[in-house]
Amino acid sequence: MKSVLLSIPLALLIAGTAAADVVDERLAAYQAQGAGEFSVATGEALWNRRVTDARTGQSRSCTACHTANLSAAGRHVETGKPIEPMKPAVNPKRLSDARQIEKWFLRNCKWTFGRECTPQEKGDLLVFIRN
Amino acid sequence: MNRIYVNVWVLSGLLAAAGVALADEDWGGRRGAAVAPVQDARYARECGSCHMAYPPGLLPARSWQKLMGNLADHFGDNAELPPEDVAAITAWLTGNAADSPVYPRPQRITASLPDTVTPLRITELPAFAAAHRELPARLVSGNPQVKSLSQCSACHRNAEAGSFNEREISIPGYGRWEDD
Repeated sequence: MKSVLLSIPLALLIAGTAAADVVDERLAAYQAQGAGEFSVATGEALWNRRVTDARTGQSRSCTACHTANLSAAGRHVETGKPIEPMKPAVNPKRLSDARQIEKWFLRNCKWTFGRECTPQEKGDLLVFIRN
Repeated sequence: MNRIYVNVWVLSGLLAAAGVALADEDWGGRRGAAVAPVQDARYARECGSCHMAYPPGLLPARSWQKLMGNLADHFGDNAELPPEDVAAITAWLTGNAADSPVYPRPQRITASLPDTVTPLRITELPAFAAAHRELPARLVSGNPQVKSLSQCSACHRNAEAGSFNEREISIPGYGRWEDD
């Protein structure tokens, strides 16, 4: 299993982009909230996990709007509005703003999973998306 | 200054077809005023990510107020925002709403709306329904590139800028829409 060990000084040394800085800062914050190591594989599994919405019976997942391919554009499942790719290497605006990251986690975890994501889950998702 | 002029002459054309005679200038009153200035950046970013950033002049202030008060259940989606964003966007929407003082005259789109009704959807407005009544379903719900009447910009090419001029209509897979 691919794991990402968080090391702030190392991360700062190798971080070449703003996105990396922002993600590393978020990962450190999640660990301060009790999260352990973060895993790309766990994040990927979470990204693809299908959950049946209790109220609507609709099958929901991150991929419903974003697709399973982080480098591809998605489409909002209700409105059809195009969604730019999630992978920062393809779309540098992604993961570059902590406020936006937390806003989307709040909205989208609640829609997809019916609850907020834990710090562990958010970190796993971030390392998967950044990977 | 954030002033949005919602030009809804297309509605007048469609209403005329439906037997309701209206003068063009009754619909927003700015013939040729192509486009409104740039919208509020925060509104465009926070609301326009998932759907077209609807011009605030398409709903009365009370509708925006109600809508912004329940973002956790936003037509079945979660659209929650930090309180300061909710406050700023609500202020901007209500300040530029159909019944706000930014418009010299009442907006036709909401003119036939009773004060006691607070629609949450633009498509619920009586004037909106009347204007789109003639459209066959195959061009809207049966059209994969349109899907729903809520996708203004699928056919109204300048909708995001607040312009709904009939001449700007191009229905995907069909083309220009002209009333008889």
